[in-house]
Amino acid sequence: MMMKIRTPSKGRIRRELEKRAPKLVETGKKTLILHGTKTSNVLNAILSQIHHLKRNDSVRFTRKNDIKPFESSGETSLEFFSVKTDCSIFVLGSHSKKRPNNLVFGRTYDHHIYDLVEVGVENFKSTESFSYDKKLTPHVASKPFFAFIGEGFESVEELKHLKEVLLDLFRGEVVTNMNLAGLDRVYVCTAVSSNRVFFTHCAMRLKKSGTIVPRMELVEVGPSMDLVIRRHRLPDDSLKKEAMKQAPESTKKKVKNVTKDAIEGKIGKIYIPNQMVGSVPLPNKAKGLKRERREAKMKGEGSKPAEKKQKQDSD
Amino acid sequence: MTEYEIDLGNLMAFDSHHNFASPPSSREELVKATLEHGTKLVQAVADALFDLPSTEDLDGPIVQLPHQQQQNCPEQSLYGYLWTTKTLFICSQLPKPKPPTRWELFAQKKGIQKRKKDKIVFDEQTGTWKRRHGYDRVNDDKDVPIIEAKMDEDPGEDPFAKRQKEKKNRVEKQEKNRLKNLKQAAKVGALPSHVQLAATALPITGTQAAPRKVSKDELQNVAGMAANATASGGKFDKKLPGEKPPKHDKKYRKFLPVVEGSGMGSLEKQQTDKVLNKLMSKNSHEILNVEKAINMYKVKEEKKRRNQKGNQSSNGSKLKTNKKSFKKTPKKGSPPPQVKGNQNEISLLLFLILS
Repeated sequence: MMMKIRTPSKGRIRRELEKRAPKLVETGKKTLILHGTKTSNVLNAILSQIHHLKRNDSVRFTRKNDIKPFESSGETSLEFFSVKTDCSIFVLGSHSKKRPNNLVFGRTYDHHIYDLVEVGVENFKSTESFSYDKKLTPHVASKPFFAFIGEGFESVEELKHLKEVLLDLFRGEVVTNMNLAGLDRVYVCTAVSSNRVFFTHCAMRLKKSGTIVPRMELVEVGPSMDLVIRRHRLPDDSLKKEAMKQAPESTKKKVKNVTKDAIEGKIGKIYIPNQMVGSVPLPNKAKGLKRERREAKMKGEGSKPAEKKQKQDSD
Repeated sequence: MTEYEIDLGNLMAFDSHHNFASPPSSREELVKATLEHGTKLVQAVADALFDLPSTEDLDGPIVQLPHQQQQNCPEQSLYGYLWTTKTLFICSQLPKPKPPTRWELFAQKKGIQKRKKDKIVFDEQTGTWKRRHGYDRVNDDKDVPIIEAKMDEDPGEDPFAKRQKEKKNRVEKQEKNRLKNLKQAAKVGALPSHVQLAATALPITGTQAAPRKVSKDELQNVAGMAANATASGGKFDKKLPGEKPPKHDKKYRKFLPVVEGSGMGSLEKQQTDKVLNKLMSKNSHEILNVEKAINMYKVKEEKKRRNQKGNQSSNGSKLKTNKKSFKKTPKKGSPPPQVKGNQNEISLLLFLILS
């Protein structure tokens, strides 16, 4: 078959494609926020606030979409959106008589649906309804703490699943180095009963405690809501196994001539090649050389051309 | 101290032992209990976090979080279980290693090693430093003005053209090799992210030329034509949803009525008038001497006014108009000299046209 190599003609597009290519170490997932065919005011507020909380890495669609992820062939458009926007988590809000204030959290692997959790929202309180010192408002895209409270998160399968999804949704960028001064937010989740989770977002105040570790104080800044588990779909075992694969850790090259000692720390051996001191040209006319000339004069026979030759040599 | 599960990679703490003895009666109580317990958990994370070795920076102490893979298994520590969840999966397949190219295989077999080359090389022909590749490069064929003929060469052949052709062939060959290697990579699924391999021909027909992209309109047109290709001109055919009648891009030819009359009948006259007008207006600047026409008009006006003056006594308003005409006279100036010679002819032409 005849083939042709096609490469983007613009560097910007090439860079964008490279960003989307699979990576050995992933640093975070983008979130897609979607509205179903019908949404309530509560849902609109929730979706916009989730978008706000994840402002750096979320894409929000404000048009209505007829998507029913739990039904057969309901994933196609989701998968399409996932490819288009390069998002691997989605949040879909929909409102119906049967399932009022419905939120579906889902994740994709390789742009195919991986798992789904459906929750109903109750007792929603928006950020605006909380009164607190505005200085405490968390910064955009700061790394959050998580606190999960309750036995349910381990014993009940749905809650265990929800915990995982919530953690993945809100954890933000995966980092290795972190600034301790930038810690300012916590997501607290409590399993109230076997199908109900109380979720709230708090700001954190670091207070002096006399030790290195500051004393933490939580101030509720919202949004806060109750999540009532409805339907959920776990990933296939085979898919899960594949998705959990981690990049093999890069085998470190053995560093030559460096040893580590418990007492002395890092020790290095240095080999210096022959310096060839005799043949190295001198940077400036050293006084020592002049003395040599003087000595030659002292001897008396110092004829001038010979002297010059010597000078040239020394240069 | 109760034991919590702490995940430092995600700054997460989980208390799996907590259980509400009695469900909190009111919402405020629940919130209060949650915040209280949450603070404890957060404190536990902070204890572990601030315990890590940190380096001071301008913005604050910077801590290196434990590597995700280093702590897969739970590890007993001072603060309970210290571990990192492996439950969070990756969002796309791991990138696959690129298979070696033909050259790389060959080089490995022969023990040829890559070595760095300078970007800039000394050019002996010109005695300057030049780039190794690209525009204005070292040993460029274009820099050679004379090629010495060899004995065994065909005298009719242009050596420059020959050299150009050879180079072109070499480039084409390399492109072919590149495609071969990329195909091999695509088989494994290790194609570079920015490269696409596109089919240029159908596998069955094997046509050489790349298929032209057909636009939506063209497709619609063809579909419409195909639908109309029945004995009845597609009149009784069922229309598909969204199907439109075929578009007629060209103009329909229109014929004017042969017999003259009013309305439609006078169209032909109008048409010819239009053409004539257009032709004349195009050349009107040569025919019409504006300067002279204005002069004539002014003279006429003057005459009229004089006649009126004879009839009527002078008015205040008249004075004003007089002033105006007075002001305008210096502005007029003398007509441009080059037109002067033609004036007689022009006025004659003007007369002809107006009549």
